[in-house]
Amino acid sequence: MLDLSYEAPKPKIIAGAKSDWELVIGMEVHAQVATRAKLFSGASTQFGAEPNSNVAFVDAGMPGMLPVINEACVAQAVRTGLGLNADINLFSAFDRKNYFYPDLPQGYQISQLYHPIVGEGEVLVELGDGTARVVRIERIHLEQDAGKSIHDMDPALSFVDLNRTGVALMEIVSRPDIRGPEEAAAYVSKLRQIMLYLGTCDGNMQNGNLRADVNVSVCAPGAYEKFRETGDFSHLGTRCEIKNMNSLRFIQQAIEYEARRQIAIIENGGKVDQETRLYDPDKGETRSMRSKEEAHDYRYFPDPDLLPLEIEQAWVDDIRASLPELPDAKKARFMGAFGLSDYDASVLTADVTASAYFEAVAEAAGDGKLAANWVINELFGRLKKDERDITDSPMSPEQLAGIIALIKSGDISGKIAKDLFEIVYTEGGDPAQIVEARGMKQVTDTGAIETAVDEIIAANPAQVDKAKQNPKLAGWFVGQVMKATGGKANPAAVNQIVMAKLGL
Amino acid sequence: MSIDTETAARVAKLARIKVDPAELPSLASEFNAILGFIEQLSELDVSDVEPMTSVTPQRLKRRVDAVTDGNQQAKVLSNAPDAREGFFAVPKVVE
Repeated sequence: MLDLSYEAPKPKIIAGAKSDWELVIGMEVHAQVATRAKLFSGASTQFGAEPNSNVAFVDAGMPGMLPVINEACVAQAVRTGLGLNADINLFSAFDRKNYFYPDLPQGYQISQLYHPIVGEGEVLVELGDGTARVVRIERIHLEQDAGKSIHDMDPALSFVDLNRTGVALMEIVSRPDIRGPEEAAAYVSKLRQIMLYLGTCDGNMQNGNLRADVNVSVCAPGAYEKFRETGDFSHLGTRCEIKNMNSLRFIQQAIEYEARRQIAIIENGGKVDQETRLYDPDKGETRSMRSKEEAHDYRYFPDPDLLPLEIEQAWVDDIRASLPELPDAKKARFMGAFGLSDYDASVLTADVTASAYFEAVAEAAGDGKLAANWVINELFGRLKKDERDITDSPMSPEQLAGIIALIKSGDISGKIAKDLFEIVYTEGGDPAQIVEARGMKQVTDTGAIETAVDEIIAANPAQVDKAKQNPKLAGWFVGQVMKATGGKANPAAVNQIVMAKLGL
Repeated sequence: MSIDTETAARVAKLARIKVDPAELPSLASEFNAILGFIEQLSELDVSDVEPMTSVTPQRLKRRVDAVTDGNQQAKVLSNAPDAREGFFAVPKVVE
């Protein structure tokens, strides 16, 4: 099903004081569903509103209020599932997960424990060194987000904002297939990329719209393979869950720290307790959240306010038909159709807008490789310098394609093309007209070049002698001719004529 | 399954209900009576009976994705014992 084939990466090995250890990681990624309204109410999901202004009475847990499901949230979950090559469950149901916290006014979170909407799928996670891990997805379920507690506004009080309460989340649960900190970060990046392509989550980690719980354990080399053969978790070590991280860097640091902590405990003859931990980025360490232990008795039961969620296969098929080309397929196509390297294809498909831009340039210019070079090296670089995004690039794909066409036709040299790029980028305009109007055309007229070469040779007899002794110095003449012609001479032609005139 | 006073105390704590320790034995015995009734139901073999989720044939009601509610900060906060600057203010809860 996946077109790209890679070797699997080697698991990360950490050398303990006594022996080597391998990491085993499973993740629960919480992705905020991109919709206008919440999962069970008509309140807005807009980020950054006045506190408690995006709150319906359902969200505030007022007595007698009943949840009514937002169909778009269901569609987005199905769309995400299809994008992860997962099974869609036509029958799913909602359960209550009971716990008390001030930012959860209902006293329970509505989630899907027993019958999630999406079943097993898989994601190809490339690591940039030519290897890739296939991470199996166990399930995706829909659930409500909680509110936000702010603890630093008053010494004795916590402040609670319910704007986020009841916003739809997709919890994407992986199998323990991730084998190192880098793989974990790459996995989250890949999920984010796929969801951005699908338009099902805005991927904003800073705002907490994408965050992850990470389950980490360590085992002796060879034990993981036994687990995969038998499915028996007793081959693996005891895991700890690090909660709620919204930075790829922190995810990696937390995993690294946590693995070393567990190894130290085991090598000192101790036992790892299965527990929930928090990562403290200031101290660079994880610590136990003992208070959560009791709360782990969530006493799940089917939500009596909600009938089971039944969807039609035809509806799922319609969603499938509307899926865009996804990153893996696009990358494979870019490599096949345009002859791009794996690296260039990855860079160009990282973002869906950038990939569309590149494709427009490549098609208009009729040269994928040149288009890739110019988009990646010149355009991305220039945009980065201006701190601009591809979405507000001052240069259109047609303009860039126009520059490339002029290079291909031999009308301008590579050096002039860079000048032209800068002019079009800053001033706008049609590249061909600019070249015409400003006399930037490459001189391929050998007569004109010969004249220029003759002049330089005549003016520099000493250099001519040196070059005859050492032919490598002929490059000096080429440089002088290029300078004399304002960079417009065809370098290959100049080189040829210089060599001939010097008799080299 | 039998509920002892310790389990009864735990259930009360999880539900945030304050129970006088002297009441725990009678509470545990009430739990046991309820569970005994459930156990009686469990004697029936219902393995091929589909769970009934509604007494009338209904489909889960759906809403369209439109913002139709909210913008009522004052109302939302009106029952709160303490509210400041648009937030609910609660006794400090911090990890």
